[in-house]
Amino acid sequence: MSQRKSSRAGAGAKAAAAGHIHFVQGNEACVHGALYAGVSFFAGYPITPSTEIAEHLAERLPGIGGAFIQMEDEIGAMCAVCGAALAGAKAMTATSGPGFSLKQEAIGYACMAEIPCVVVNVQRAGPSTGLPTKVAQGDVNQARWGTHGDHSIVVLTASSVQDVFAITVEAFNIAEIYRTPVILLFDEVVGHMREKLIIPAPGELPVVERLRTAVKAGVNYHPYLPREDGRLPISDFGDVHRYNVTGLFHDIFGFPTENPEQVSKLVYHLVDKIENRSHLLARYKEFYLEDAEHILVSYGSSARSARHLVEGRRRKGDRIGLLELQTLWPFPAQVVREKTAHAKNVFVVEMNLGQVMAQVKQATAHPDRVFLVNRMDGMLVTPTDIGKVMRTVEGRGF
Amino acid sequence: MAFQKLIRERFFPHLWCPGCGHGTVLNGLLHAVDELGLDQSSLCMVSGIGCSARIAGYVDFHTMHTMHGRALACATGLKLARPSLTIFVPMGDGDATAIGGNHFIHACRRNIDLTAIVLNNRIYGMTGGQYSPLSGQGILATTAPYRSIDPAFDVVQLALGAGATFVARTTAFHVKEIGSIIKKAVQHKGMSVVEIFVQCPTYFGRKNKIGDAVQMLEQYRDRTAPLGSKKLEADPSLIARGIFKDEQRPEYCEEYAKIIARAQGKEA
Amino acid sequence: MDRYRFLMSGSGGQGVITMAILLAEAAAIYEGRNAVQSQSYGPEARGGATRSDVIVSDGPIYFPKVTQPNYLVALTNEAMGKYLPLIRPGGMCLYDSDLVQPDLRVDARRKGLPMHQAVLDTLGLPVAFNICVLGALAALTRVVSLGALEKVLESRFAPAHHKNNKTALHLGAELARPHVDD
Repeated sequence: MSQRKSSRAGAGAKAAAAGHIHFVQGNEACVHGALYAGVSFFAGYPITPSTEIAEHLAERLPGIGGAFIQMEDEIGAMCAVCGAALAGAKAMTATSGPGFSLKQEAIGYACMAEIPCVVVNVQRAGPSTGLPTKVAQGDVNQARWGTHGDHSIVVLTASSVQDVFAITVEAFNIAEIYRTPVILLFDEVVGHMREKLIIPAPGELPVVERLRTAVKAGVNYHPYLPREDGRLPISDFGDVHRYNVTGLFHDIFGFPTENPEQVSKLVYHLVDKIENRSHLLARYKEFYLEDAEHILVSYGSSARSARHLVEGRRRKGDRIGLLELQTLWPFPAQVVREKTAHAKNVFVVEMNLGQVMAQVKQATAHPDRVFLVNRMDGMLVTPTDIGKVMRTVEGRGF
Repeated sequence: MAFQKLIRERFFPHLWCPGCGHGTVLNGLLHAVDELGLDQSSLCMVSGIGCSARIAGYVDFHTMHTMHGRALACATGLKLARPSLTIFVPMGDGDATAIGGNHFIHACRRNIDLTAIVLNNRIYGMTGGQYSPLSGQGILATTAPYRSIDPAFDVVQLALGAGATFVARTTAFHVKEIGSIIKKAVQHKGMSVVEIFVQCPTYFGRKNKIGDAVQMLEQYRDRTAPLGSKKLEADPSLIARGIFKDEQRPEYCEEYAKIIARAQGKEA
Repeated sequence: MDRYRFLMSGSGGQGVITMAILLAEAAAIYEGRNAVQSQSYGPEARGGATRSDVIVSDGPIYFPKVTQPNYLVALTNEAMGKYLPLIRPGGMCLYDSDLVQPDLRVDARRKGLPMHQAVLDTLGLPVAFNICVLGALAALTRVVSLGALEKVLESRFAPAHHKNNKTALHLGAELARPHVDD
């Protein structure tokens, strides 16, 4: 039976000359990462500033026997991803804020039906059409709560072209392990910025393949009965086991149920499989936190501005550090609490009205010491912007 | 009956109302599949939301019960990722032509090899009897208490205009025709659209004082006629049944296979 | 080496962003330096103001944007008017002497070269104007060698363009040579 199988781990990297230095945009690094992770299906719809992801995959996927399709709308793209994933493909889509809103219905479906897939949102300034070519980080909460109903979701981000590659591979791995949609929440600056990318050799980064059921033909397969370790082995559409996938609450056969016990069990399963493993999902980087009195917490392109300021001030002897978050959801509250425990002040640097700041305040024992440094005008927050707020908080004016 | 292996008996009885036409369509579909003798492991059904969408639960295929209107988009991804699958997409009238209208016309345009079945009962049944894009003017519905002013789509014309390469219509009264048309639709390589009038005595028939299921079926018998028949010629007010189009045009997945060959430098 | 902060500006369709990418790629891949290239653009594919920032450094680069360029390239009067005031005192500004008239009050080293006309005279078409500017910029700043740029041009463009690109690149470098500060 013909099927677009996930390409062998790292097969995409080979074609892109592993080890060589590439000079590419963040969006292209995302494509390289996806290929390294074995993506074999992309469905999308053009939207700035994510379109380069679609363009590069349109070129690359047929070469590895995968498939690309430009759907009639954002909704259809997310739906096609769900369909392709059930056929066995490692599937992804990419969009920006307005398109991300349209995809939310099907993201909820993927959560409920436990369909592994990756959704990229290269953020631009909103709401609505906003500033289509300018940067923002206003979709942090949409990524968490955009779809309806109680659920949990994994949201990852990165601040450099090299990190975009690595986190994209991680996103595919997490999608496979937890059978969940994973959101890659990039921003316009990181998506469009070009810098060096060194593609790891095949095998250098782990690539998680789809866990398929070992249950043989003729033996009962329960598609929605998790193993002891919480993982849910899948059987691809077209293989020997035929079962039902639905967005309704369902039993271990995938058949709709309204049994309160089964309903409650499923909703806790969907949430707990992610929330109970937030320690395993927390990706972050830390710089000079050991003795830092002032700690900046940031992510995505804002974290570059924060790092710039931290490096400059460290050279002058200031006790300042940076906690760069790469996992935004489930929010790594414990990491934030521990790392900022001894800080005099915490400055959350982001390009929205405090979406991550609210989480940091909740995580720390001293919310009164948490301050927001933001910028909301389509421009990347600058090291000077951060410095000004710090001076104000420190009582030195600006 | 050999086609019993094609259903999931443990999930019966089904949830449809007494007199509903959906079971008749399921019956016809199963006969068609049985006669075609297809490998059961290659059979898929992708449905949206509504009474019609529940068909997917009852067939022992690979089944994907998706979101309202989204069945064709999900099926497009499934088919393109695994072109060897045979995919049925049953949809209700609102499912196919209102919320899913965009996916419907684009699936037709692409000519992707799916068998779409529009179960047209001219009403939103599962939500309790609201008017749909196929209800037509003058119809009573819970959201049209003063009668509907919305003109109806003609599914056949819509599918033809959008580029589907197999387009047919029949009714729940014409049980044998359902089977034979679906059989041809499956055998057709490309986008097949089969519209089937199905009675909803609970909401459409009762509300519009057409009568019970039997009286609704009698209407299908009396108010339709086969394409090219003398009956149709004699009374142009009758609705035509039969196969409106059955022609070959390049199929989407086959065309994509050529793209793959080109990208891999294997082009002939 | 010093940190090079380039701000390249002009109108859509002049090849400003391409020029910035080529410069940054030459530095990153063929000169073994770090480089970051970013851009800011509006909805227009042609016309409208285009700006691309390039930072080249031997050390790590974090903040990717240029707030105060020490090298400004401005290919329209609009771009020159907008960005010349941002230049670091004593910074260098490269422009086309036929297309742009810079404000003489700003403290900058002005390098006005007739690049557009030279490309027209030599190639008959303004096709590789941006490559000519790039050649001049490389000669004036020495941030990358012409050899590195040639390699990038060969890797990024179809062979049909190689000859014109190389001609334009060296044309720019030759025009700039008498203006190189020591």
